[in-house]
Amino acid sequence: MPPQPFRLPQGGRIDRSRSLAFTFNGRRYDGHPGDTLASALLANGVALVARSFKYHRPRGVMSAGAEEACAFVQLGEGARSDPNCRATQIELFDGLTAASLNCWPNVQLDFGVVSDRLHRLLPAGFYYKTFMWPRRGWLTYEKLIRRAAGLGRAPSEPDPDRYEKRFAHADLLIAGGGPAGLAAALAAGRTGARVILADENGEFGGQLLWRDAEIDGEPALRWVERSLAELSSLPEVRLLPRSTVAGYYDHNFLTVLERVTDHLSPFAAPTATPRQRLWKVRARQVVLATGAIERPLVFINNDLPGIMLAGAAQAYIRRHAVRPGGRAVIFTNNDSAYETVAALSEAGVAITAVIDARAGDTAAAEACLRRGIEVLRGHAVIDASGGHALREVTVAPLDGSATALAGAASTLRCDLLCVSGGWSPTVHLFSQSGGKLAFDAASGCFIPGESRQAERSAGAARGSFDLAACLAEGHAAGLAAARAAGFAGPDSPPPQAPAQAMSPIRPLWEVPSPHQGRRDRKFVDLQNDVTAADIALAAREGYRSVEHTKRYTTAGMGVDQGKTGNLNTLAILAGETQGAIPAVGTTTFRPPYTPVTIGALAGRGVGDFYDPVRKTPMSPWHEARGAVFEPVGKWRRPLYYPGPGEGMEAAVRRECLAVRNAVGLCDASTLGKIDIKGRDAVTLLDRVYTNSWGSLAIGRCRYGLMLKDDGMVFDDGVTTRLGERHYLMTTTSGHAEAVFGWLEEWLQCEWLGLDVYLTSVTTHWATAMLAGPRAREVLAAAGTDIDTSRAGSPYMTVREGHVAGIPARLFRVSFTGELSFEINVPARYGLALWETLMAAGAAFGIEPIGTEALHVLRAEKGYIVVGHDTDGTVTPYDLGMGWIVDQKKPDFIGKRGLRRSDLVRTGRRQLVGLLTDDPAQIIPEGSQIVRSGASLAATPVPMLGHVTSSYWSPALQRSIAMALIEGGQDRQGEAVEAVLPDRTLRAVIGTSRFYDPEGVRLHG
Amino acid sequence: MADAVPVARSPLAHLPEAAREMRDDLAVSLRERPLLGLLNLRLDAASEAAQRVKAALGFGLPGEPNRATGEGGRSALWLGPDEYLVVTEPGGEAALARSLAEALQDRGAVTDVSDGRTAIEIAGSRARDVLATGCSLDLHPRVFRAGQCAQSGLAKARIILHQIDDRPGYRVFVERSHAEYLWLWLMDAAAEYRAAT
Repeated sequence: MPPQPFRLPQGGRIDRSRSLAFTFNGRRYDGHPGDTLASALLANGVALVARSFKYHRPRGVMSAGAEEACAFVQLGEGARSDPNCRATQIELFDGLTAASLNCWPNVQLDFGVVSDRLHRLLPAGFYYKTFMWPRRGWLTYEKLIRRAAGLGRAPSEPDPDRYEKRFAHADLLIAGGGPAGLAAALAAGRTGARVILADENGEFGGQLLWRDAEIDGEPALRWVERSLAELSSLPEVRLLPRSTVAGYYDHNFLTVLERVTDHLSPFAAPTATPRQRLWKVRARQVVLATGAIERPLVFINNDLPGIMLAGAAQAYIRRHAVRPGGRAVIFTNNDSAYETVAALSEAGVAITAVIDARAGDTAAAEACLRRGIEVLRGHAVIDASGGHALREVTVAPLDGSATALAGAASTLRCDLLCVSGGWSPTVHLFSQSGGKLAFDAASGCFIPGESRQAERSAGAARGSFDLAACLAEGHAAGLAAARAAGFAGPDSPPPQAPAQAMSPIRPLWEVPSPHQGRRDRKFVDLQNDVTAADIALAAREGYRSVEHTKRYTTAGMGVDQGKTGNLNTLAILAGETQGAIPAVGTTTFRPPYTPVTIGALAGRGVGDFYDPVRKTPMSPWHEARGAVFEPVGKWRRPLYYPGPGEGMEAAVRRECLAVRNAVGLCDASTLGKIDIKGRDAVTLLDRVYTNSWGSLAIGRCRYGLMLKDDGMVFDDGVTTRLGERHYLMTTTSGHAEAVFGWLEEWLQCEWLGLDVYLTSVTTHWATAMLAGPRAREVLAAAGTDIDTSRAGSPYMTVREGHVAGIPARLFRVSFTGELSFEINVPARYGLALWETLMAAGAAFGIEPIGTEALHVLRAEKGYIVVGHDTDGTVTPYDLGMGWIVDQKKPDFIGKRGLRRSDLVRTGRRQLVGLLTDDPAQIIPEGSQIVRSGASLAATPVPMLGHVTSSYWSPALQRSIAMALIEGGQDRQGEAVEAVLPDRTLRAVIGTSRFYDPEGVRLHG
Repeated sequence: MADAVPVARSPLAHLPEAAREMRDDLAVSLRERPLLGLLNLRLDAASEAAQRVKAALGFGLPGEPNRATGEGGRSALWLGPDEYLVVTEPGGEAALARSLAEALQDRGAVTDVSDGRTAIEIAGSRARDVLATGCSLDLHPRVFRAGQCAQSGLAKARIILHQIDDRPGYRVFVERSHAEYLWLWLMDAAAEYRAAT
């Protein structure tokens, strides 16, 4: 075969001076710039492109756009492989590779076609009916069915391409760059409005790219060129080619998928340029100039390769310079297909006949007859035949109702059948916007009804198929949108085109069959292999709602979302249920309009950018030291610092003992810190903490417990009085923002009269916690002008001065039960402080301490961790911390909540210590606790409580645990059992103050 | 050891490219403005104290939401009905905080937050495009101009954005803990435009 045997010698918008080599199903072909994969395949005579989804029937190219329901391919290979791509929208590039979908071993010889021979056994609902027994079997069947059904293959390697997202704001977003969209952009752009014009194709112009038309007295393409030149010169107009407006959401928020480099070879595209960009557009006004989609006609074997929408045939001839066949028949019920007749003649395609469902005389038919082309009026194509390609069609006259045949059938030989069942406005975005559709009986299609957002439809998208009307409506919509957005700029005369006289359409939803009662293969949804008989079956079986029919038959549920088949489905359902089409209604149009790559939705939010890590000033040191980190909120805190060859257990033991016997250093910079100033600062503290704050002297620290209004513990921490009306509150690391928001909520919504100002200083201060009996010596070695002695810096005080020459606040607080200083310095010095303390402490056996050791140390002291020992259902009394609740205060948040009957009853779960009989056994955290000797056979086993904290205590050389136990404070000394999956562990209830209960060490 | 001069580090100090000077030949250039003096100022703008604050600052506080005022190396950004971010040259924060505290006379509050945030400056003809990849605000010059500021999100970080000139140039104030993430994110977002020149 010569190269590109179906390429026309001249015409079209292709660059014949350059050849692009591509591979389809392993065979090499050539095309030209300006080709799509579909047009290049047609030019090379490749009619069979894919196999269908369910029956594996041979399929070719049936459209020239987004509505394609047959020509799906797997594009690219390896990590760049992209499934379910429409060959009609893939711009050809050098080196492109693609393969057919749904076939094995290949598209010519597909074993899956056996399901077509068995189609009588595979009606709609087949899977639901067949694979339900035995019930467990579905788990197996599903895998087999999914493999048989196919669709494309997702790549298993990481996506090597770059994707971006971008926010944009516009006075006007126009979806669709055909005549209406261009006219709208010109009208609005000239007023100075910010306009975004997006079109899914590589070239603007829409159908003007292939239709024979005139605008303003010159060829339409000249007008397109001039319009684009003018739009490019307007600084506030942004042209987005290869950009699909994919979704229309509330408040005029729309998403646009721009395929930035998809038309280039992935190896030729600039690496820093994203492959695709998802625009998130907030538009004050929207114009939908999305055009219309031609409907196929529903007759027997209407899915054969070689059967094509009439408009698409015209596009392939005039835009891509491809002869889509050698001998054509045209089957139509409206005037538009007659333009295709003219295009076919120009391209030298022999025309056997035009089959027009309309019985009467039309001007278009008359014109054909004058040119010697046979027109069979009042006829229909009732059947098509061929193997992998169309060979002949059968035609017969229709009766007056178009529900039966009125005469003998005859056959016509052809390899191309161009069909047109009329046009459906592309109302997807309008419908997504919340607008209601109206049925236009005259054109036999749904058109936009009432708008719900600041949006206007124009041109074919609102059912105006005449070019003059498209231009006028586009201009008017663009201008009105600009005016509505506040732009008074000049009006310009709308572009003009000669008006066309059109004869009415004859609705023909399903061509009658020559015989009754057979399961004819009249496809309604070509992608999901749904036939008219399937729709009828669904209706007979009671699925009379369009939403039920859709789900039962899967009509409209394919990758193409039924763009070509939906209206035919509705009309056939309406016929079966004796209803009217508007009464049947439509299914919901959902975003995206065409599939959006997951990578584009993720954008750059992948890898390290997926979930950003917050870092402290000391983080570089921890990383260099090889710390193992754990997430605490968005922070990553060192969990422990393994020594050479050391596991977690050994490292934690070493770190704990360093604190108990020498000294440890812990990065506590993540602790929440809130600076509180104002005359009413103490009033705020009295209201949000359970204890009293009036007596706290300047320079003193106090521990506080914060409740939610339901009386449950919310947060805890130490607050320090720094001045007459100046306090510093600390919060838990994970709750810092929640606490800040909580306090601001009360100040801004309830306590407007309080003179209190909060400032978050969490990250302004770096905090190094120095703990252990030798802490003072380390401070002295590092150098400080603060008196750190027991008298100079007593427990629960703050002193200001310098440490290692750095201005510092020295808090004498302890979370470990040891002599401890929390040194706060401006964050810029955090790393310098840390490094100095580590160096100064070397002589005293200093170790860096992770959070796990910190947790062990605090548990040895019975100190709680909010969120670990509490879970939002625990009161201060449950924790045995009634001493911190000042019931004499007039009020505090949670005071009333604490009086609720459930919170004052006996038998609530209370925090206690647990010691296992076998000191070597550590109860897993979360273990359920039952009475000693309780039968585990009962259902459910009566539970006493659960373990909240449990560790090996290196200081005590045994395991320790804390647990919430029913009435636990009255069960001291009682034996209980912790239930493990395979055994129970006996333990005795006691105090949770395991280590140094008198607090001698604390005071150093 | 006590005699050693402690090393002050900005959160991006370990990233050498963050210290590079702005370049006019790039469509986008980025740099850190490390260790600026930052003060959180709280006061009732209608109070007498506001007049005294004006004297202490050398210029008046912004009267309108999301505006910035400034002179010399100092600026004041509107953050809320009674909240401002006062920005001054590195090292100037302590003295300015004292004079503002005196001006307040026990009204309102002034808090040093210099170490809590850092500033990344981004400027150039494509700076808006880079910011638009992660910030939902409309930065078109018809909407957002030099002298305006806003609190928003950029990528997954919270920021205060201040347009400082018409290059356009912006200051992005970001939490110290998120500074490294945001710097790397911005460098990545700007890659297309930095590669082009």
